[in-house]
Amino acid sequence: MSERIDVRKTYKLYIGGKFPRSESGRSYEVTDAKGRFLANAALASRKDARDAAVAARAAFPGWSSATAYNRGQVLYRVAELLEGRRTQFVSEVAAGEGLTARKAEALVDASIDRWVWYAGWSDKVMQVHGSANPVAGPYFDFSVPEPTGVVAVLAPQNSSLLGLVSVVASAIVTGNTVVVVASERSPLPAVTLSEVLATSDVPGGVVNILTGRAAEVAPWLAAHMDVNAIDLAGAPVDSVTDLQVAAADNLKRVLLPRLDDWTATPGTERMFAMLETKTVWHPIGV
Amino acid sequence: MVATTAPPPVERVAPQPPWAAGLSDVTASDASLRRFLHGLPGVDQVGAEARATMLATRSIKTVAKAWAIDLAITMIDLTTLEGQDTPGKVRALCAKAMRPDPSDPTVPRVAAVCVYPDMVPMAVQTLSGSGVRVASVATAFPSGRASLAVKLADTRDAVTAGADEIDMVIDRGAFLSGRYMQVHEEIVAVREACGNAHLKVILETGELVTYDNARRASWLAMLAGGDFIKTSTGKISPAATLPVTLVMLEAVRDFRDTTGRQVGVKPAGGIRTAKDAIKHLVLVNETAGDDWLDPDWFRIGASSLLNDLLMQRTKMATGRYSGPDYFTLD
Amino acid sequence: MAGKKFDYAPAPESRGIVDLQPAYGLFIGGEFVDPLDGRAFKTVSPATEEVLAEISEAGPRDVDRAVVAARRAYERVWSKLPARERGKYLFRIARILQERARELAVLESLDNGKPIRESRDVDIPLVAAWFFHYAGWADKLEYAGVSTASSGPPKPLGVAGQIIPWNFPLLMLAWKIAPALACGNTVVLKPAETTSLTALLFAEICQQADLPPGVVNIVTGAGETGSALVEHPGVDKIAFTGSTEVGKMIARSTAGTGKKVTLELGGKAANIVFDDAPVDQAVEGIVNGIFFNQGHVCCAGSRLLVQESAYDEVLTSLKRRLGTLRLGDPLDKNTDIGAINSPEQLGRIRELSDVGESEGAARWSPPCELPDKGFWFPPTIFTGVSQAHRIAREEIFGPVLSVLTFRTPAEAVEKANNTPYGLSAGVWTDKGSRILWMAGQLRAGVVWANTFNRFDPASPFGGYKESGFGREGGRHGLEAYLDV
Repeated sequence: MSERIDVRKTYKLYIGGKFPRSESGRSYEVTDAKGRFLANAALASRKDARDAAVAARAAFPGWSSATAYNRGQVLYRVAELLEGRRTQFVSEVAAGEGLTARKAEALVDASIDRWVWYAGWSDKVMQVHGSANPVAGPYFDFSVPEPTGVVAVLAPQNSSLLGLVSVVASAIVTGNTVVVVASERSPLPAVTLSEVLATSDVPGGVVNILTGRAAEVAPWLAAHMDVNAIDLAGAPVDSVTDLQVAAADNLKRVLLPRLDDWTATPGTERMFAMLETKTVWHPIGV
Repeated sequence: MVATTAPPPVERVAPQPPWAAGLSDVTASDASLRRFLHGLPGVDQVGAEARATMLATRSIKTVAKAWAIDLAITMIDLTTLEGQDTPGKVRALCAKAMRPDPSDPTVPRVAAVCVYPDMVPMAVQTLSGSGVRVASVATAFPSGRASLAVKLADTRDAVTAGADEIDMVIDRGAFLSGRYMQVHEEIVAVREACGNAHLKVILETGELVTYDNARRASWLAMLAGGDFIKTSTGKISPAATLPVTLVMLEAVRDFRDTTGRQVGVKPAGGIRTAKDAIKHLVLVNETAGDDWLDPDWFRIGASSLLNDLLMQRTKMATGRYSGPDYFTLD
Repeated sequence: MAGKKFDYAPAPESRGIVDLQPAYGLFIGGEFVDPLDGRAFKTVSPATEEVLAEISEAGPRDVDRAVVAARRAYERVWSKLPARERGKYLFRIARILQERARELAVLESLDNGKPIRESRDVDIPLVAAWFFHYAGWADKLEYAGVSTASSGPPKPLGVAGQIIPWNFPLLMLAWKIAPALACGNTVVLKPAETTSLTALLFAEICQQADLPPGVVNIVTGAGETGSALVEHPGVDKIAFTGSTEVGKMIARSTAGTGKKVTLELGGKAANIVFDDAPVDQAVEGIVNGIFFNQGHVCCAGSRLLVQESAYDEVLTSLKRRLGTLRLGDPLDKNTDIGAINSPEQLGRIRELSDVGESEGAARWSPPCELPDKGFWFPPTIFTGVSQAHRIAREEIFGPVLSVLTFRTPAEAVEKANNTPYGLSAGVWTDKGSRILWMAGQLRAGVVWANTFNRFDPASPFGGYKESGFGREGGRHGLEAYLDV
């Protein structure tokens, strides 16, 4: 019996709940840590980024106004689906990051747990980050966190699933919608995540995933006037300043890359960075 | 089902006066009256009080202060409404009303003397020809808890005795329980009983509690034909406050805009100092405007206020502070 | 309509309480020093154009001196001081501010042109309140909830460079300095060039409070001084309140430096009046929203959105109310509208108002006599304004109200949010559920419902979108000055 020829995969982008090819028609070869072919991935262009931003904007009103409980339910359901794809993620992480199966398993487990951790924040963040404010007058005054809007996320280059999950879940749990640029070298966990999301209850457009080169797409997202914030976690090191400058055009909230240990317990910083605080005053009288 | 007491029979409902032509539907039924009153814009307590507080910071000095003090004197309804009132007390008060400061003939006389109905004859006799009017409370003042027949008799008694002005109280119980038509019809009936006397309608805003109620009661009293709306009896605290006077001034302003008829305002109770009085005049000036800066359209029900105005007046004239020993205690 | 019979006599607050010096130095390292380049400029009273004093212009070398002084104070004194003691210095300053309130109010009105009623009743009481509030935070930072598992206990940033505008000179100083010091930072603050005087009096108060030298440094000057401060490598944090244009410049020039930045910028707030609003209070709120401080307020309610069914009633009441506004001498206790802060600002207000007219909006002002000297602009409303008009989109920063209409709550929200800004909004309605719905829909950092232009040190303030980022006030305001 001859060896079976495998069906080589050419993955697409994930925009607005659909899987389009790059409008540029381009794709690139994804290889494992040793350079062996894994799959073809779409090479996103600036126009794909534009389309993704439009899709994210369209999804924002619905997602941000869903109840916190509902968002938590929807995200927990994603964790269940992630668990179902555990084996696939392990092999993708192992191949992409050049890890042993054991190490990859640990990372995938941590990723799923991370997703669950953030899902649980949905209906706590307002209590933790909001306040009733004791003003000196006959007013009821309270402050609530609200999602900042459309967030461009440059996913970490070297933590293809745990890093990805950390930057995506922290942004969407509070009601933001995201345009994610996946790890250029190891995009397959992101592609699989998009397949998970597509079969989950997360509305189309809440998470949009672009594969390709951050260096090419990021400047367009950083300068995009309808993007409210940008997470530079996976930005090319030499472009961080330029991206920050571009982000100033509409005063995006910018989360700078840090020397993140993605396995460490995340704080609330990343979540809070993508929140606005709204303060509401009302007189108290009869 | 809870049985409700039928409202007392009303003697007669006056025909609609011409100014109310545009509002004739309003008082056609209890329901329409209720819809109208509840359709008036609400009053935000905090906002109204903030506005009154801000206006109270106006600094009235020198010539403006002198002008305001004299105007305030001419607007006073000099009042005694005590169980211990006697003809002697009323006579003394009338003397004070006509000539507030015996040592200074430039001090103007007050607008009116306000007494209980049985004291009206004494007041009329003493004030005769002075230009100071006689105002009498009536309608079972201050509670108003009597039958309409008694209230009307009380009113007629005062009018017959020569009162120029009648200060009636509304039925706050009826108002608070939503029987607006009953309140309306009572005012109309008292208005009838007044004949040529002017009618001031006391809302007793301290018992109505909310500014929304003060605004509704103001409109109700104006719709029923009151010549003045008055804050309080002076027997309930709080009496006249700056914000409640503000709300009532807004009501008379808006009522004139709607109907063309001007109605006066009388804060009463708790205005004891020249400073308080001037704050009220500032409210009038910046809310209803010039047309109300006149004793025909704005009165202050008070007793001890007069002496404080006189002391301030003397201070302005002499440059030194005066003391109560230099003014008569009537 | 008001004021014909009852003519309020002038009631000026006495200037005697203010001891103006002919010239002021820079406040560096706890002392007033001359600028190294010896440059100076004059500050005038905008109400009379009288020269009040000569102010030093800090050059880059002066800014450097100030930053060095702040760094030294940070490292040697302030960061080593127990938090409790830091707090006590702030309490001490707060008390002195209260004791010298009248002096500060008069000086503020003289230099800025704002009515004494506002500086006396709003600005200065809030200044003291701000210091009191943050004084108490100094030794409670670990309870503020800003530190997280990843960042450990709260730590100060170091030296904060702070640049403030001319509209609320001392209040903006308080918004900046009080939280910065409470969190353990030292500061170099640059007041606006037209309104330096109260900041310099504040420097004296720091001396009076025996605040360690260098903890607070005040460098006076204009844009160049500000740039030198922003670009100084020894500064760890930039806090700026001012125009969106300059805010963007700061965001660009600090890119890549790792400096923490908070920006409180422009606005074009919608003040939305529904037909069931408490009309008299709504009219007061509209007036307070746009004519408070001559409209020199970043969160001013400069766009009035009136429900069409209430348009006539609201406009009639509003115009009548404008007729009672008293414009004139800022030191007169009865003045409602003071002077425009500078000829440059007056020029901008005039220019945009002329644009409003040429674009077809109808301009109206109450009969209003303007003083001969000084910089003045009458309270003005434009009706017939559409979203496309420049006066509905650009921040005028003056006493000019653009009136638009809407028919449904959704349309009101759409119009209110249709701007790159997102600082504040107002909603007027008696319906509670609608207030909460509107508050949720409006993309603005502060929503005033049935009130407007209220401020409190316990209440976080700051913008969405191009109105900036970061919050000032309350627990949230600490984050700007902590390394989290």
